[in-house]
Parts: sequence; C-alpha cells; structure tokens
Amino acid sequence: MIEVNKISKSFNNIKIIKDISATFEKGKTNLIIGQSGSGKTVLMKCLLGLHEVDNGDILFDGEKFQKEEISKISDLRKKMGMVFQGSALFDSMSVIDNIMFPLRMFSNSSQSEMEDRAREVIRRVDLKDVDEKFPSEISGGMKKRVAIARAIVLNPKYLFCDEPNSGLDPKTAIIIDKLIQEITVEYNITTVVNTHDMNSVMEIGDKIIFLVEGKKIWEGNNNEILDTDDKMINDFVYSSELFKKVKLTQKK
Amino acid sequence: MRIFFHIGRYFLMIKYTFTKFTKWSVLKKLIFQEIEDLIIGSVGIVAFMSFLIGGVVAIQTALAIENPLLPGNLIGFATRQSVILEFAPTLISIIMAGKVGSFITSSIGTMRVTEQIDALEVMGINSFNYLVFPKIISLLLYPFLITLAMFLGILGGYIASVYAGFSTSFDFIQGIQLDFKVFHIIYTYIKTILFAFVLATIPSYHGFFMKGGALEVGKASNISFVWTSSVIIIINFIVTQLLLA
Repeated sequence: MIEVNKISKSFNNIKIIKDISATFEKGKTNLIIGQSGSGKTVLMKCLLGLHEVDNGDILFDGEKFQKEEISKISDLRKKMGMVFQGSALFDSMSVIDNIMFPLRMFSNSSQSEMEDRAREVIRRVDLKDVDEKFPSEISGGMKKRVAIARAIVLNPKYLFCDEPNSGLDPKTAIIIDKLIQEITVEYNITTVVNTHDMNSVMEIGDKIIFLVEGKKIWEGNNNEILDTDDKMINDFVYSSELFKKVKLTQKK
Repeated sequence: MRIFFHIGRYFLMIKYTFTKFTKWSVLKKLIFQEIEDLIIGSVGIVAFMSFLIGGVVAIQTALAIENPLLPGNLIGFATRQSVILEFAPTLISIIMAGKVGSFITSSIGTMRVTEQIDALEVMGINSFNYLVFPKIISLLLYPFLITLAMFLGILGGYIASVYAGFSTSFDFIQGIQLDFKVFHIIYTYIKTILFAFVLATIPSYHGFFMKGGALEVGKASNISFVWTSSVIIIINFIVTQLLLA
C-alpha cells in the first residue's frame, strides 16, 4: 500500500501538485485520471522519487521515502516496476536482454536461471518469437508487453504504469489493461496507473483518483464514476460521444 | 551567472559518476562496448586526418623556407614539432569532439527523450555511473589513438616531402631526430589525458541535462561540440603555459 499525505510540488514557483492525500491499495489497480496537464505524471514521478516533493510524505507500506537515505531509496526502487508511456526499452538490447536487465543488475542468478525467469515472464505477457528481436523491430503493443515483462521480472511490490495504452488500438489497449489487472491480482501488488482513457477507467478502475489542475477532486471506483453528480467528473467522463450514449441508454 | 550553474552541475555529475557503482560484470561489458564505439570506431578517421595533416604541414614548411642557407633537415624537424605538440593532440581532439562528442550527446540525449534514463533511475541504478563512467574509462585508451596520429602525421609528412621532392629521406629522418626532447611527449600525453576526460564528460553532460524532443537532441549535440572544443582549446592554452612556457 502507498499512502500520500498532503504532498505538493512546484516548478518555477508554479504549483503543479496541490496538497494531495490519497491511498493506493494493495492488490488493486489504482488509477490516477485527469485531463492532460492536470498533474498526473508529476504525481507519479513524485511517487517514484524522480521528483522531490516540496512538502508532505509518501509512505510505502508505512515506510517513509526520504531523499537523504540513498541506500534505502535504492532498496525501495528494486521493489518497484515501471511501465513508461513510450515503453522506454533499451534500444541497444534485444527483447530478452531488456527483460533480463533488472536481473543482471540486482540478482546473483546464473545466466541460465535469468533466461528461464525472463522466458517465464515473456510467456506470462503472451509474447511469442520475439526474444532475439530489438525494440525497433516489434509493434507498439508488443513493446508495452515487453515493458510490463521487464517491470515484473523482479517480482515488484509496486507497479507504476504511465498511460500504458497510449498509442495503441482499442483492442490492444484493452488487452494491455486486462494484463495489468491480472498481474496486479496474481502478484498481489500495489499498481498505480496514469490514464485519461475512459475505457481503461471502466475496465480496470478498482480505485480512481481524479485530478484537476493538480488537486484531487474526487475518489471512487469504476462503478461510482458514472453515477457521480460532480460536474467536473461528468465533463471529463462524458466528453466522449460513446459515454454520452451509454448515459442516455442508462436513463432509458 | 547561468554559466556557474552549469559548471556546478557539471562537477556534481562528475561526483555522482564516481559513486554508487554499477555491478562490475555489467560495467565490464559496457566498457568494452564503449572502447569499440569511441576508440576503435575512430581509428579510421584519425588515421586519415593525421596522415593528410602531416603531409600538408611538411609541404607548407617546405614552401615557406626557400632560403638555400637553411638546413635540409628543417622540414622533418618542423613537421615533427608541429605534429607532436599540436596537430596530433589538439586538432585530432577537436575532430573527436565532433565525432565522438556528438555521438555521446545524441545517444545519451535520445535515452533522456525516450525515458530510458528515467527507467534506469526507477530501477535504482545510478545512471551517471552506468552511462558516463564506462566512457571515461574507455577514453583512457585515447593516448593510443593520439600515438597513432603522431606516427601517421610524421609518416604523411615524410611521404609528402620526400616524394614531392622537397627533402631527401636522409634529411627528413635526421630532422625528426634533431633536438628531440622526451618532455615534449610527456607534455602531449598530459594534454591528451585531459582532453580525453573532457571528451567523455562534457558531451555526456549536454546529453544528460537536455530537455525536449528529437530536435533538441540535435541542438544539444551542436552546443556540446562548441563547448567541448572551446574547453579543449582553453585547456591547451593553460597546459602549454604551465608546462612549456
């Protein structure tokens, strides 16, 4: 579980994150949603420790994340997996080397043990015949799967996904969303997903935090989001024609 | 005032490069990869440039000294001094700032743009040590490249002056041996080691701290070349003043 207590973050005296408090629960897919520029990515980078917060605390299973304790941060980061928006695979490495990278860095396993573990997670994310290919030779959906495989290869306690289905066709996007949700339950990890895709919200939103201009203005789940009376939520949810039609059908 | 910010951040980068080391088995592979990219990959251009520069220096010297009273070994002597003291270490380093420097900035810059550096950081890896340290170590072999440049520069001078009829083989070789000071070689290697450090770190700094997209990677490579070559020239001036003046 990740607890966030009144955190703020500014850049050049402009407050991007404003006193956010939230809890990201274990074994659930926790979504941070909001329009572009609402501070989702900054909040996630604060959780990851890539941005230092101006004030407030971030607790990982009750443990505080403090910049000064470098070794503690390092240990904590080994328990984190991250799927970046653009996958962030290492161009110079093959798919299997990308997945084995965290093992090479942090485990003392033999080459064959590492290969076995990498092949196990490759199978888990339903990838076939791509082991020796390079990131430039595979599709966007495959890259996301490789990124997920790399993120889970060390059995992390926390999984972060920054817009995991951006740039993917709707069908592949749903497959990736489902994969993230299945892995969250299977590995019993705390997953935090940044998204502005309403399909993802409805598919995997066990817990949702809605941000507007750096402030948390709503918290709930995918069942509650369609029924809320909050105007800003409704503007966001029903900005798509599809969801407007869903609402109309529900009313009828 | 902004320059002091960059200087401060550059030295912090150097400090972080030598802390929290990456696993040796991984680092070893990275060092060999960098040796291949930065040193072995530069042998061709260094050989080509040095040979021709040596030839041009010899021809220019021969054309400038038409007085028959001047000794015939002067062309060999002037070529040796020019190539060893300046052309091999300084000019080749400026060429390398363009070749190797741009490569380092653009490769690290692309990693920054595509969030690969963020991925390293999230995994708990010291990205400065992982990316910059192998470059510094591999460029410790840079003096070998400069040695090759010195040899080929003088060889180019020999071929140009002897085969174009400006000097005899005997005179040129005698000129090369004339008034030879070992300290000049030491001075050249001291400069070369400093230039190697600059070649590894300044382009890395520009790649690491760039912001933006693909266009900015190109701009960062450009700025990196300007700064790397400027710092090489400043260091050249200071070291020459300190060691030779």
